[in-house]
Formats: sequence, structure tokens, C-alpha cells
Amino acid sequence: MRYVDEFRDGDLAKGLAVAIRSEVRQDRDYRFMEFCGGHTHAISRYGVSDLLPHNVRMIHGPGCPVCVLPIGRIDMAIRLILERDVILCSYGDPMRVPASNGLSLLRAKARRSGQGGGDVRMVYSSADALRLAQQTPDRQVVFFAIGFETTTPSTAVVIKQARNLGLRNFSVFCCHVLTPPAIAAILGAPEAPVSLDGLIGPAHVSTIIGTRPYEFAAEQFHKPVVVAGFEPLDVMLAILMLIRQANAGCAAVENEFSRAVSQDGNRKAQALIADVFERRDTFAWRGLGELPDSALRIRPEFAEFDAESRFSIVYEAVPDHPACECAAVLRGAKRPSECRIFGTACTPGTPVGSCMVSSEGACAAHYSFGRYKDTVGA
Amino acid sequence: MCLALPCKVVELRSGDLALIDMAGMVKEISLALVDQVAVGDYVIVHVGYALTRLDPEEAEKTLSLFAALSEADSFGCLSSNFIVK
Ligand code: SF4
Repeated sequence: MRYVDEFRDGDLAKGLAVAIRSEVRQDRDYRFMEFCGGHTHAISRYGVSDLLPHNVRMIHGPGCPVCVLPIGRIDMAIRLILERDVILCSYGDPMRVPASNGLSLLRAKARRSGQGGGDVRMVYSSADALRLAQQTPDRQVVFFAIGFETTTPSTAVVIKQARNLGLRNFSVFCCHVLTPPAIAAILGAPEAPVSLDGLIGPAHVSTIIGTRPYEFAAEQFHKPVVVAGFEPLDVMLAILMLIRQANAGCAAVENEFSRAVSQDGNRKAQALIADVFERRDTFAWRGLGELPDSALRIRPEFAEFDAESRFSIVYEAVPDHPACECAAVLRGAKRPSECRIFGTACTPGTPVGSCMVSSEGACAAHYSFGRYKDTVGA
Repeated sequence: MCLALPCKVVELRSGDLALIDMAGMVKEISLALVDQVAVGDYVIVHVGYALTRLDPEEAEKTLSLFAALSEADSFGCLSSNFIVK
């Protein structure tokens, strides 16, 4: 595939690995966080860590939208189908995240089938949910909108379309979260779980928001940020760029993913987001806790499309499973293999925590591509 | 769910829609988030929406940077997921 295969070229990867080796200083360590699950996935799948010198360590960050959603939010989605009798449309990954009472969206769906009533449909796109609402005018359809800035604009599009169409049976359960506040939470944590020498910034989030919103990390926290694409060579070049900045003692925002990301980002998408959403005062994240100004809600002008108010559901905090270390994994404080149920009670087939669900989750990525090496080496 | 691929636009349709070629599969996606896309352009597609247009010149620059950096010789164990020519 054009623009994909070239960025997975094995010979170039070898060359980049040698280039990294030749620039790494022996008298220090390098700890870089890849914020995004997309990078975590690429690093695991291509064994990028194996190509790095021992003193360069990659730490997984919280940038997996399915992983950071707390149990209480999944519980709200389940209440929508079991108690409010709506058709809930969800992206695939959130369906398997464990929630309260041994339920998940998938299990709640199985429980209801045969009894009639509410159900859950997996959708690929927000547009699929809108279409379903048009096709089933006698049923309330709710789109379970999750994700960082990458998925937010497409949710905005369907809310505007629903208003233009005058749809009375469509609403959105908005759980969209923002990347820069999560980065700020990691960098500004009072007792920093890890001291970082730099960050790999998101690929697709940055196509929307641009590189400017990361400047605070360089300016306030003196951490280099390199925005990078999700292919393995992109990640390797970003690591080299971070090593160079670390060696030079500088902290700047650089852009490795210039084929898709600009400084200003996608202004049209930003305008759509601003039209439809506003910041919530606070939002609960799995792992990071309550963060101010870190998530979006639907503006009052579009209140009729806001499932939270239409169906009066409220968030209640629920603790994670007692053995689950997802919170520490999401902060970069623990590796997946340091969770005592990793690979035993918790596997991609039977996830206990959210980080084992999506292929971008740190635990799922480790399990699928690196678990044996990791356990032997631990 | 964040994985997204660059895909070639093969046909423009009404209502901000387009057909793209996704690894040999033709799929309808929305162009509501991007302006001035033409047939033959590559766009990055995520959950059914083009997020941005791919800039071929910048892609070339990055590729030549890889090539310039990797004028080195051999290196051990490489994951079999890499593409080897
Ligand atoms: S192994 Fe499972 S329970 Fe443990 S941290 Fe990972 S996802 Fe959470």
C-alpha cells in the first residue's frame, strides 16, 4: 500500500536503528513516553524496543480512548440500554470493556436478547448511527461517542446533521476527551511516577489540533515533543529526534509527521468542534483521576441531542477491579507485566481491565506481541 | 480504534461523500472535515471520515530523510512484521 509500505521498510529500519545507536550517549538514560496507543501498538508489533539501545526506554502513555474511560461511564451506557430502552450505537472496542455487576456492553446485549427491548449495535462510524436513527423513527438511538480529538469532529458533524434533519430520536452520549490536558496531568503530577526526557506526540489527534497545543510541554515543563506518524519508521525517526534534543539539552516541539500534520491543524474540523461542544468543568479519567477542563460536553444550543440530559443519567465513580493495575499502567508508572493478573486472569479474550481490550491498549499490545520476552526479562 | 490509513480518493460524490480505495477495497467515506479534495489525492481515513489530505512532497522528504540516515550496514534481529524487499 502506498504511503504505508514505505514506512515499514525493514532495511531502512535497520539503518535507523544504527543511526540511533551512534547518537545515544553511554553516560545517561533516555526515557520517552509515547502518548498514543497507536504508537504503543506500532512499537510492540514491530519490536521497536528490541532495536533500541538498552538505555533508551519507551514508556506507554494514556492515549488510548477506550483505556481511559472509567467504569462509571460504561455503566451509564449500559443504563441507557437496560433502563432507558434505547438502541445504543458503539464503536467496537468499548463493547468489551468490563463494567459493574459483571457486565459489559456485549454482555448487557446478550442479557436482553430474547426479551425484546434495548440493544447495542456496533458501528464503524458516527454516520452509521445517524442512518440507523433515520431508519428506525419509532426508537431512540444513542451514539456512544468516545475518543480524543480524532473522533470528536465526526461526532460534531452528525449532531449538526441531526438538527438539520429535525431528528427527534437521535442523541449522543458524549465522552470525548482532550489530549493536551492529559499530557499536562502526566507532566505536572506532584509526585511524578516517571521522569521523562521527552514525548512522542499523537499522530491523528495532531492532524486535527496541529502541533501548537503541545508547546506548553516544551515551554512550561522543558520536555521535547516530537509528533510522529503511526508507522514503525515514523516512531524510530521520532525517537532519534528526541535523542538529539535530549543530548543538546533543548526542548522544542518538532513534527516528524509533516505529511499529515501542520502547525495549525485542521481548522475546519476545529470550527465544527467549537460549534457543537464546550469544555466540561471536570471529567473523570481512568488512571488520571478527575481532571479540570479535560473533556467536552454538548453545548446548550444542541441540548436536545445530549443523551445525558435527555435520559437523565449521571456519572457515578466506581473503583477498578482490586487486582487491576490499569491506573498505574496508564500513568506510565507500571509496565503491563507488573500487573499480577497480566496474561493469567486478564487476557484479550477475558479482559479484566480496559488496557487489555483495544489493540492499542498497553496490556493487549504486550500480550499479543511481547509478553514472553517481557515476563522472562522481568 | 485509532488506527487509520492513507487511502486514495477514486470518486467524488454528492453530499460531501467520496469513494476511496482502502487496500483494494472500495469504501464510501465522508469528506465533511476536509476541503478541496480531488480524485487521486490521498486522505487519512478514520472512522469513516477523511481527517486530512496527505502531502506527497512532505512524505517524500521524510522518506529521503530515512534513506539518508540509514546509509548504514547490517543489524541483527528484526521483527517479521517489517516489510523486506
Ligand atoms: S493486565 Fe488487565 S487488569 Fe492488569 S493492568 Fe493490564 S488490563 Fe488492567
